[in-house]
Amino acid sequence: MKHHTILRIVSKLLIPYILLFAFYVQFHGDYGPGGGFQAGVIFASGFILYGLVFGLKQTRRVAPPAVIEALIACGVLIFAGTGVAAMLLGGNFLDYGLLEHHLLEGYLPHGQHLGILLVELGVGITVAAVMIAIFYSFAGRELKR
Amino acid sequence: MTEIETQVIDILVLSLLAITAVTIVRMRELWSAVMLTGLFSFLGASWMVILDAPDVAITEAAVGAGISTFLMLATLALTNREAKLVTKRSRISLVVVVVTGVILVFGTFDMPRYGDPNAPIHLHVAPQYLADEVPSTTGHHAEVHVPNVVTAVLASYRGYDTLGETVVIFTAGIGVLMLLRDRNPKKSPSKADKARS
Repeated sequence: MKHHTILRIVSKLLIPYILLFAFYVQFHGDYGPGGGFQAGVIFASGFILYGLVFGLKQTRRVAPPAVIEALIACGVLIFAGTGVAAMLLGGNFLDYGLLEHHLLEGYLPHGQHLGILLVELGVGITVAAVMIAIFYSFAGRELKR
Repeated sequence: MTEIETQVIDILVLSLLAITAVTIVRMRELWSAVMLTGLFSFLGASWMVILDAPDVAITEAAVGAGISTFLMLATLALTNREAKLVTKRSRISLVVVVVTGVILVFGTFDMPRYGDPNAPIHLHVAPQYLADEVPSTTGHHAEVHVPNVVTAVLASYRGYDTLGETVVIFTAGIGVLMLLRDRNPKKSPSKADKARS
């Protein structure tokens, strides 16, 4: 799409705001509508827009497929790891009430709130990575005749 | 907004949904049909906003209109752009569809009215979630203290379900990767084909 100047400029303007909105939906999910799943798909759609306008090769340089594939597993591990951490602290699996820390006292949330943030982060990472990976595998197919 | 205004919007959005659906079914040019499915998703997202479900609306707009439209276009690029003309229409399928539809609509008569505060779903565990006091197995009350109750339910009270959903997405992604991933990204496709054959 080298000649579609309007498309290139408009998407260049839009993509940062799409990604920013994804982060807003991700980290504001405990106050407003949204959460990990919504943030993940919005984040991925920003990458897909980039891929459609600037080509698959450029997108692969921004987000290497190997990194994306590792992130797919990372998200699930963060989610399940939060549950296991609660178990190690003496609670039930995914019982966030016991998560305590002494980092940045007063800024980072504790307990249930912290658990929800971590879990939603895990969901967001997995969803975004899966969507981008599916985009790569669909866009990478070429016509064989 | 008054009652009548909301009803007018409801009827407008729902009839637009129905019209779009019928148009998609009747269309033979698949490219336009894919575009119309995107439109259908946007209408669906508006319908979710009307039903006070902004979370679902965001998902519908991003996945339905954005990602799945792209996936269908990518598939179309590999196949035909026109649907095959179906000349033989069977009566039995029409009867099956009509009977199923009638049964489904008949089933809705037994359901509580939309927004009815006495509906079973609002009397079971929802009051505990809203009061933020769910008796936990360890004896004390589990209090989440998160303003958005949807997030509290999804991520904390129903954490197991959400973990399961994430694993489902993970599995789906692994499945797509195993089927479609470009195994030799550095080789050109033609070379890879020659090596295989």
